[in-house]
Amino acid sequence: MSGVRVLVGTRKGAFILTADGKRQDWAVSGPHFGGWEMYHVNGSPADPDRLYASQSSGWFGQLMQRSNDGGKTWEPVGNEFTYEGETGDHLWYDGTPRPWEFKRIWHLEPSPDDPDTVYAGAEDAAIFRSTDGGGSWHELPALRTHESAPRWQPGAGGMCLHSIILDPVNSDRMFIAISAAGVFRTDDSGKSWQPVNRGLQSGQIPDPDAEVGHCVHRIAMHPSRPDVLFMQKHWDVMRSDDAGDSWHEISGDLPTDFGFPIAVHAHEPDTIYVVPIKSDSEHYPPEGKLRVYRSRTGGNEWEPLTTGLPQANCYVNVLRDAMAVDTLDPCGTYFGTTGGQVYGSADGGDTWAPIVRDLPAVLSVEVQALP
Amino acid sequence: MIRIVLPAHLKSLAKVSGEVQLDITGPVTQRVVLDALEIRYPMLRGTMRDHRTGQRRAFIRFYACEEDLSNDPPDTPLPNQVATGEEPLLVIGAMAGG
Repeated sequence: MSGVRVLVGTRKGAFILTADGKRQDWAVSGPHFGGWEMYHVNGSPADPDRLYASQSSGWFGQLMQRSNDGGKTWEPVGNEFTYEGETGDHLWYDGTPRPWEFKRIWHLEPSPDDPDTVYAGAEDAAIFRSTDGGGSWHELPALRTHESAPRWQPGAGGMCLHSIILDPVNSDRMFIAISAAGVFRTDDSGKSWQPVNRGLQSGQIPDPDAEVGHCVHRIAMHPSRPDVLFMQKHWDVMRSDDAGDSWHEISGDLPTDFGFPIAVHAHEPDTIYVVPIKSDSEHYPPEGKLRVYRSRTGGNEWEPLTTGLPQANCYVNVLRDAMAVDTLDPCGTYFGTTGGQVYGSADGGDTWAPIVRDLPAVLSVEVQALP
Repeated sequence: MIRIVLPAHLKSLAKVSGEVQLDITGPVTQRVVLDALEIRYPMLRGTMRDHRTGQRRAFIRFYACEEDLSNDPPDTPLPNQVATGEEPLLVIGAMAGG
């Protein structure tokens, strides 16, 4: 591997950070699409120079950008996201029915083997797919029309579909997660979906172990073990060993029960990372110390990673799509903060350094290993 | 010839500077002008009005001749000064924080 490319989406544009395999000296490109909210920028595993970027604003709505040269140049592609058929209602915050209304794309997940195929997770929650490089988008409507959908309710950030995991072994299987509905799995390429939330406990919903209604913040998988899923939920860190059929808590000795991102080490499937955040009203790191917690035992036993991270007076947040790992050896880990810092570690989290300090609030971080 | 002034973000998106000029035959209405604008610059589709319904996005405004025409029905003729090119149609991103 010759280097890495970190793709950063922020509240006011996108930035591309590149370095060689040592990951010490970084070049910063951007802002791309300055002034626009860039919820997610992601690259195709099949063609690292093919990038997709979700661009939006409250004024001008949703746009989608595509690059064929690793982010040097971009072209706008299709931005029409239309729910198929009857839109139906979900629950609003006050418990009244509310029609589905498209707001933005939160997450883009390119296919592992076709640069022109990419999935998009929307607010209000739905999944779309493009098979022509983003030129046109078509909903997989069976998710939004699931019998439980009228009971879905938005989390504080909106009713967003924020996680999409494509099973690397079984191409018919994928997992998605919605705040605040929960995790759903399809085993037939999106023709049908089932909620897979058994074992989740959410104390502040009326039925703590309801089939849907859980505020899942993020799910992650190691590609070598597709039946094992990790989850950062609004409360608790969870694990499933049976593709979501059942979950058990692995929060162990974490200092809080809240956080947004969760990531798995590229070469150690039982090494996972979270960033504990103080819940429920503050949403900043406990004690003003920014700490990544790492478990090397698949959960329950966690160690704080602090070297190079601010350990006083730090009150940033790390959002759900703002952590990523690269596939170099040793594994690189990255995360971005609402204070505009992007931190990187070239040694699996043992030591950290800021790559950039003063970007707009970071919404998402992805990383590509470059050939 | 119709003159249109786009907000900065849409100028960047359409890769234009200054005013956009369109030749339109027949009645000059908001709908006709926006249709022609989107044909010339397809990347603007969906940024000013909904793809399907054609409804103006909430934070987009249309001004001309010191009048706010935003809430006029889209098939209402635009002022004669716009139709003759004497005055531009201003597409405005409404003032709002953030």
